[in-house]
Order: sequence, then structure tokens, then C-alpha cells
Amino acid sequence: MIKAQTLKAAFISFMLFAVFLGAWQLATLPKDSTTLAAADAEYAALMGKGAEKTDGFPPPAKVGRAFVEYLSDPFYDKGPNDKGIGIQMAHSLARVGLGFLLAVIVALPLGFLIGMSPLLFQAFNPFIQVLKPISPLAWMPLALYSLKDSSISGIFVIFICSIWPMLINTAFGVAAVRRDWINVARTLEVNPLRKAFLVILPAAAPTILTGMRISMGIAWLVIVAAEMLVGGTGIGYFVWNEWNNLALPNVIFAVVMIGVVGMGLDMIFGALQKLVTYRE
Amino acid sequence: MSAHFLTVEALKKVYPADGGQANPPVFEDIHFHIDKGEFVCIIGHSGCGKTTILNVLAGLEEASGGNVIMDGREVIGPSLDRGVVFQSHALMPWMTVLGNVAFAVKSKWPDWGKDKVTAHCTEYLEMVGLGHAIHKKPAELSGGMKQRVGIARAFAIQPKMLLLDEPFGALDALTRGTIQDELLKIVQATHQTVFMITHDVDEAILLADKIVLMSNGPHAKIAEIVEVTMPRSRTRAGIHHDPQYYKIRNHLVDFLVNRSKTYAGAEAEMFHDAKNPPVVQPGLEAERAPVVSLPAEKPAPQLKQVVNQ
Ligand SMILES: Nc1ncnc2c1ncn2[C@@H]1O[C@H](COP(=O)(O)OP(=O)(O)OP(=O)(O)O)[C@@H](O)[C@H]1O
Ligand SMILES: [Mg+2]
Repeated sequence: MIKAQTLKAAFISFMLFAVFLGAWQLATLPKDSTTLAAADAEYAALMGKGAEKTDGFPPPAKVGRAFVEYLSDPFYDKGPNDKGIGIQMAHSLARVGLGFLLAVIVALPLGFLIGMSPLLFQAFNPFIQVLKPISPLAWMPLALYSLKDSSISGIFVIFICSIWPMLINTAFGVAAVRRDWINVARTLEVNPLRKAFLVILPAAAPTILTGMRISMGIAWLVIVAAEMLVGGTGIGYFVWNEWNNLALPNVIFAVVMIGVVGMGLDMIFGALQKLVTYRE
Repeated sequence: MSAHFLTVEALKKVYPADGGQANPPVFEDIHFHIDKGEFVCIIGHSGCGKTTILNVLAGLEEASGGNVIMDGREVIGPSLDRGVVFQSHALMPWMTVLGNVAFAVKSKWPDWGKDKVTAHCTEYLEMVGLGHAIHKKPAELSGGMKQRVGIARAFAIQPKMLLLDEPFGALDALTRGTIQDELLKIVQATHQTVFMITHDVDEAILLADKIVLMSNGPHAKIAEIVEVTMPRSRTRAGIHHDPQYYKIRNHLVDFLVNRSKTYAGAEAEMFHDAKNPPVVQPGLEAERAPVVSLPAEKPAPQLKQVVNQ
């Protein structure tokens, strides 16, 4: 039953993709329209570079060639403006990883504290409520000014955007631990550290991991924009750079890669979530 | 002081009110005691404060007045000396059955090795008939099995006293019977001191040496203490054949249905001394005897009329 459905779904997915490719191919067929060609030619002249980059939206085959080209050698490094996709991804992932890790280090203990104490919860709440809706990129100028390093600023932006969902979910998860379990720990005179790690943490883990998953999703959204802004390295910079080169196939390739890696990250957290989820 | 193992004196609990005016005390003037090795059940209508009393005994909740003294020391917080079986079993779902019991055992004896802990836990899990399920997660167990794990966990730390809050309340009659038998067996073998809340009159008669009857709240009090005078070697199957059984049962039901609400107000205070609630032995009374009688040294001839009004 379920297998048959999976098979059917895969078939439909494949058909959808085929239809999409077909439509794309049709839409990018070379056009006779002179006005468009004229404009393109003019633009090409203006750019003063090879005409191959200016013949409209790239057809699937051309994008496919970009895929093959980049994926066949993902780790080459020919100077600051020409690095393999693997290297660019690694830079982005390193920033996200570092910023995320810092956020975990701050959000988990703080969330624990806030979750355990209704007083602190109330005291911290106004700040969290005000800081949470701020677009992380709005912090960029302040970060650049005070940290004086574009790479560190990128990490800071990831930190600041990942911290809120984690902090809030940890606090809620900890606050919502069943009274009974706490009471069991109390009647057993369990010391605070054992209680935190063996009772509260596992009890709140599913909620905490949900927060982490949301944080990671946001971090991956934000890193592209942040890297476009600060430049240098990373997948966001790659997209911006290829756009400046008007190399649309490469941009499309990068966009798809961002999606694939984002999905991978989400799947990792999905798996972790499954690992700590308990059935009652 | 008294020589009793556990003494409850003038216990009172008032929950703070949300609004302006103060709440009436849930219960007040609660006096009773438990001796070592005694099995005491407490019965009363819903909301009279049984769970609150148990939580105070466990040290999980603070009383508003009075005190609890166990083994010569005042109860001021939770302690490994008192094992609690919670109504909702309260097993940690992310640990296995063994893990749940081991968590308790390691809390009591932190320097035990892994093998010793496992052996100890297994022994107690086998005692409640769960030797085959020790590596399962609580979610894979039936309600009755979960409750048995809770009982094994409480027994495994060998507390001086066991507190049970309606441990079988959520179980079907059949399972309940089986576990009652098991508990009876274990208690008879270990001479464990037990304080247990129940709503089930038959359960109380089967298990208890002494049944504490609570009047309705607010201002709940101990109305009387019923001694179960049947021999300790009871079984669920045989208990009905004892002529005492129905006398005790009728007495309890009569209390719950007719008399439990008559203990509030000034009029009641005239005949009822909360400090020394009457101790009755309905099982030994003659057929159709008066429902309430006081111990010989405290005769109160008018009592029955007042109570029955
Ligand atoms: N945390 C609380 N805050 C305020 N009132 C409470 C609280 N806990 C219990 N009460 C009140 O105290 C009274 C006694 O509650 P308790 O749970 O001890 O009753 P109980 O005898 O165990 O009832 P049941 O048989 O239904 O379990 C109830 O009237 C209840 O409303
Ligand atoms: Mg209760």
C-alpha cells in the first residue's frame, strides 16, 4: 500500500519535473523578435564583452552544463573571485555552523534558566519580544562597525538570528516539563546537575530541537543575504558575483545548491529530532 | 513525644486565593499516626485533600500549619526515606523500564557499580512480575505494567515508608485485582510501612490495617479511624468469606454516603474531637450494632444521634 503510493508519488514528481523542464525549454527557445535582440545587442555592446552571456534567459541545457562543470570540480581555487562551489559552500557552512554553535552555547543555558524561573522569564520577556522581530541583517552595520571584520560580522548575524527560536523553545520546553517528573526527581533527592541533564533536558529535548531546527532554517536563509552584503567568500557572495558577471546559468546552479544544502541541514535536524522524541 | 513511627499533628493547608478574599483551609486539625510496618489507607470524598496530605507527607508540598514527624525527625522536604508511587505512574518515557528503576537506585546509592544496580533493579522488577520487560520503554507497556514499574521503583530504594496516591485508580478491575494481590504479597513479605490513598472501599479493606476516614472539605478533618480487625493473611479471593468483611464494608460505605458531610461546623465540634478521632472496630461489633462507637476510655453516648441527624 504505502510502497505503491511512494512509487506513484515519485512518478508524479518526475512528471512535474519533466513538464517544468519542457516549459522552460519552450520559453527560452531563440526568439526572432528584433526589438528584444536589438536591446540585447545594445546591452552587449554596452558591456563590451562576449555575446554569449547576453542571449536571454539560459535554456535548461546550458544550466545543465553549469551543473556538470561545477560539480565535476567542486574544490578548485583560482583566486578570490573564482573558487569551486564546494569551497564556497564550505565557507557558508562554516559561518552558519560557528554562529549557530555560539547561539546554542548562549541559548541553551539561558533558556534553561529562564524556563526554570517564572521571575526571570518575566524579566527577560520584554527584551526577547523586542529583539526577536528585528531582521538579523539590520544588525549588520552595527556588527561591521564594532567587530571591524566582515567575516566575523557574518557569524554574528547568524548568531543573532538563530538565538531567538532556540532561546524561546528551550525556555518553554523547560517550563513545561511535567510536574510529575520533577516530583520524582525531588523525592529521589537528585542533585541539580543530574536533574538538569537526566530529567529536564531529555524531557524538553523535543521542544529544544524544534527550536534548533527553526533556527537552522533561518540561519541558512540569512547567510545568503549576509554574504551578498559583506562579500569575500561563501555561496551568497558566489551568487552575487555570478550575477555581476551576468552568468545566469551559474546563478541558477547556485540557487539550486542552496536549496539542496538547506534541505540537507533540515533533514539532519529532523533526524536528531526523531532521535530525542519520546512516545508517552 | 510519641513512640509512633509517623506522627501528624494539627496539620492544616490553605491554598492562597487568586482574588481578594482568603480561601477556607482545605483541611485543618489533622491528627493521626502510623506505626512501623502498618498499612494505612485514607478514604474520603474527592477534593477533601487526600493528595495534599500525601504530598505534605512526601515533603513535596508545605503545610500551612502543624507538622509531620517521621522516625523522630520533622519532615521538611522530599527525602529518599519516603518512596512515592504517583497516581499517573510518572515514569520517564525516554528511559527504559530498567532505566527508570536504575535512576532511582543510583540516586539512593550513587557509588554502586553498574552491575550491582542492574541486579538490584532486576530483582525488584521481577518481584512485580516484569522480569521479561525490563528493556522496554514505558510507552510499550500497558497501564497496569507501568503502574507496576512505578511500584518497583518505589520499593527498590527501600524507603522507610511508602506513599501511594490512588495507584490503581486508572486501571480496569481485573488488572487492579492482580496488582493488589502482588502488592499484598510484597507488603506481607517486607513489612513495609505504607500510606495509601484509595477510592475503593474493597481495596482498602483488603490491604489496610487501619483506614483513615476524612470528612468532606473545606475544613476537612479526620472523622474516624477504622481498624481492620481481620487476620493479616488475607487474600482477595477469600476475604469475602470473612463475616467481618461486610460489617467493615457497610460501615465505610455508610460513612461515605451519609456521614462524611456532618463533620463541619460548630455543632460537630461539640461531639467530635479532631485531636483524638474515634477509633472503631466495626468488624468486631455485634450484628446491627450502632454504627459509631468510641474507644472505651472516651464514652460519648449522645454521639450517634447527633451524627445521624
Ligand atoms: N495547587 C492548588 N491550588 C489551589 N487549590 C488547590 C491546589 N491543589 C489542590 N487544591 C484544592 O485543594 C483541595 C484538595 O485537593 P486534593 O487534590 O488534595 O484532593 P483529593 O482529596 O486528593 O481529591 P481526589 O480524590 O479527587 O484526588 C481541592 O479542593 C482543590 O481544589
Ligand atoms: Mg487526589
